[in-house]
Amino acid sequence: MMRNIGLFAVMAGLIALVGFIQSWSLALAILNLCLISAVMSLGVNIQWGYAGLLNVGVMGFAALGGLAAVLVSMPPVTEAWSNGGGRLLLAAAWFALVVVAVLFARSRLRGAIRSWSIVLLIAVGYFVLRHVADPAVAAIESTNPASTGYLGGLGAPIMFSWLLGGVFAAGAAWLIGKVALGLRSDYLAIATLGISEIVIAVIKNEDWLARGVKNVAGLPRPVPYEVELQQAPWVQDWAQSTGMSLIEMSSVIVKLSYAGLFVVVLLALIWLCETALRSPWGRMLRAIRDNETAAAAMGKDVKARHLQVFVLGSAVIGIAGAMLTTLDGQFTPGSYQPLRFTFLIWVMVIVGGSGNNWGAVLGGFVVWFFWVEAEPLGLWLMELITSGMAEDNALRLHLIESAAHMRLMTMGVVLLLVLRFSPRGLIPER
Amino acid sequence: MDLLNALVLLANFMLVPALTYGCQLALGALGVTLIYSILRFSNFAHGETMAFGTAATILLTWWLQSMGVSFGPLPTALIAMPFGALAAVLLLLASDRVVYRFHRRQRATPVLLLIASLGVMFFYNGLIRFIIGPDDRIFTDGARFIVSAREFKAMTGLSQGLAIKTTQGITVLMTVILVAALFWFLTYTRTGKSMRAYSDNRDLALLSGINPDTVVRVAWILTAILATVAGVLYGLDKSFKPFTYLQILLPIFAAAIVGGLGSPLGAVAGGFIIAFSEVAVTFAYKRVIGYIVPPEWAPDTLVQFLSTDYKFAVSFTILVIVLLIRPTGIFRGQTL
Repeated sequence: MMRNIGLFAVMAGLIALVGFIQSWSLALAILNLCLISAVMSLGVNIQWGYAGLLNVGVMGFAALGGLAAVLVSMPPVTEAWSNGGGRLLLAAAWFALVVVAVLFARSRLRGAIRSWSIVLLIAVGYFVLRHVADPAVAAIESTNPASTGYLGGLGAPIMFSWLLGGVFAAGAAWLIGKVALGLRSDYLAIATLGISEIVIAVIKNEDWLARGVKNVAGLPRPVPYEVELQQAPWVQDWAQSTGMSLIEMSSVIVKLSYAGLFVVVLLALIWLCETALRSPWGRMLRAIRDNETAAAAMGKDVKARHLQVFVLGSAVIGIAGAMLTTLDGQFTPGSYQPLRFTFLIWVMVIVGGSGNNWGAVLGGFVVWFFWVEAEPLGLWLMELITSGMAEDNALRLHLIESAAHMRLMTMGVVLLLVLRFSPRGLIPER
Repeated sequence: MDLLNALVLLANFMLVPALTYGCQLALGALGVTLIYSILRFSNFAHGETMAFGTAATILLTWWLQSMGVSFGPLPTALIAMPFGALAAVLLLLASDRVVYRFHRRQRATPVLLLIASLGVMFFYNGLIRFIIGPDDRIFTDGARFIVSAREFKAMTGLSQGLAIKTTQGITVLMTVILVAALFWFLTYTRTGKSMRAYSDNRDLALLSGINPDTVVRVAWILTAILATVAGVLYGLDKSFKPFTYLQILLPIFAAAIVGGLGSPLGAVAGGFIIAFSEVAVTFAYKRVIGYIVPPEWAPDTLVQFLSTDYKFAVSFTILVIVLLIRPTGIFRGQTL
């Protein structure tokens, strides 16, 4: 116990060190992303640590959370709705109808008739869908494309999107879990990789939904703006009494408010996770993870429990995704790289200690901290190594240039080292 | 005449590219399937192995080109390829020695090996960017076409041309040779037979005196060769960019699973199924239909089922269908 508190204290010290050496604004920016990473790795830990399920599509679920942030918070574009909204709703209704018809055919019909009717339903459904949806999409996307060109959102407070993001991600997880769970364990990994690629492709290309790669900027914030704060007398007083510049002070206050919100979410989730893990449900999950056959023999429904855990974990990742987009204040689908950042989350869970919620949180902090600070450190290291060489030495230039690529490589090595020499991570499972 | 034109158009933009792409996927999927059937895990580092073999080949090709060596009408990269493959073999054997062997001896679960392969993947990822950089590289040389569109038009008098690039011809030829050699090796040689036995029933194979270390080593060597050839052919046909090799991982896995993970025949079939459906679904049929139907019926849209941005969705959809209907794949995988 003392050791764990010590580890968190060291982490806090490191962030404070950045505050003293670099700047407090940067330290808090790192802290905020550490908190979000911690939530994400908590989600992965639920799947991997509790149940041994492998999710390689973390970024896809995070992107769904980000999408929720846009759909909840942006004001609706009434012009686009009147241009093509009704027709698009009609298309959505048709899509739902086709899905229901296919499911009905799948459950009620048998043999060759079943296969052919499903194929026919999908083919007819597809062509009618295109016929109905295409003009609507074109109309929406041509509505003032430079600034909107999409349907907009609900215009509700952005904090609601944290819930909706979780719901979106849970829905996607349910679909994929239905297909891939109960089969061999690697299938889930490959299927999640696939779904995340597709989610990101859809968000990038369907401009009517969230403007695609044109990005949605200027999302409403749950906290005050810097410019407003700089006008407030109490901020000016604080800035004077601490000796910070007014701009620095306002940015610190904004980031602190975000950090406060994130801490509340993180603590609530940890409490829920810890309670769940200590409950009979948690014991059952660990029993299933450690020996599926034995658990099944005891009458536990392994597949249903796996689906449950997979959906819950993905929902947590979706929440983190919505938080991330809220913090950024913009939604940039191009920045979601399916494998790269998923891998980072995985390193967090394994370094921290899979199966232990506090471990996953610590892993999120440690790995994100070093991920951000590795760039200046790596550059400094490369310059140190090559300091004996001439200024324009080809090898020196090459080494300094490739320092940026070394981060992922280092993460790969860290993962392999932990897997081999300390597979239980920083804070082992109890 | 118009019907012939439509067929040539289809062949030129659909059949030939899909055949080439199918060959590249088949070679990639064969590597995944081999590792799966011997070592029992899905090797996520396979895409990066392809990229590494290709990067090594490109570096050597540049060196050869600077020395003035050329391969006549064929790309110089073909001379460099065996050495690129050798580099990949060494890399994979070293990774096995340093990473996988330890977990194998611990009798780790397949999922743990999969995670280790993710780590290895990102290690390779950095390594490749370190030695060749993240940029797009075009390294093909020699004659560009076997049959160019203009020659074909002059030969047949049709208004549509059929172009066959040299790289496409090489891809198909190399794939046929390599796949035939692999099947011959697995079916008739002593080592190949022992590999099949090992993948079929590990305990029985060990009992009958098969050396597991040899089997594993040969599996890695074959995988490295297959991966390098697949990567070089893909790079010659399109261009070499490390990032695309990360993205090709999904179609390769889909091909291996659709055919039946662990079945070499299935990997080849799966590669072609994925490639043909991907191209067929993202192909714009407007001009083909324009040739067949009377002019007044000609469509004004592209008649494209899905935009090319969604080509991953095609591999994924096929994967889902197979998982739903027949999770073992078309050729009942699991063993060699």
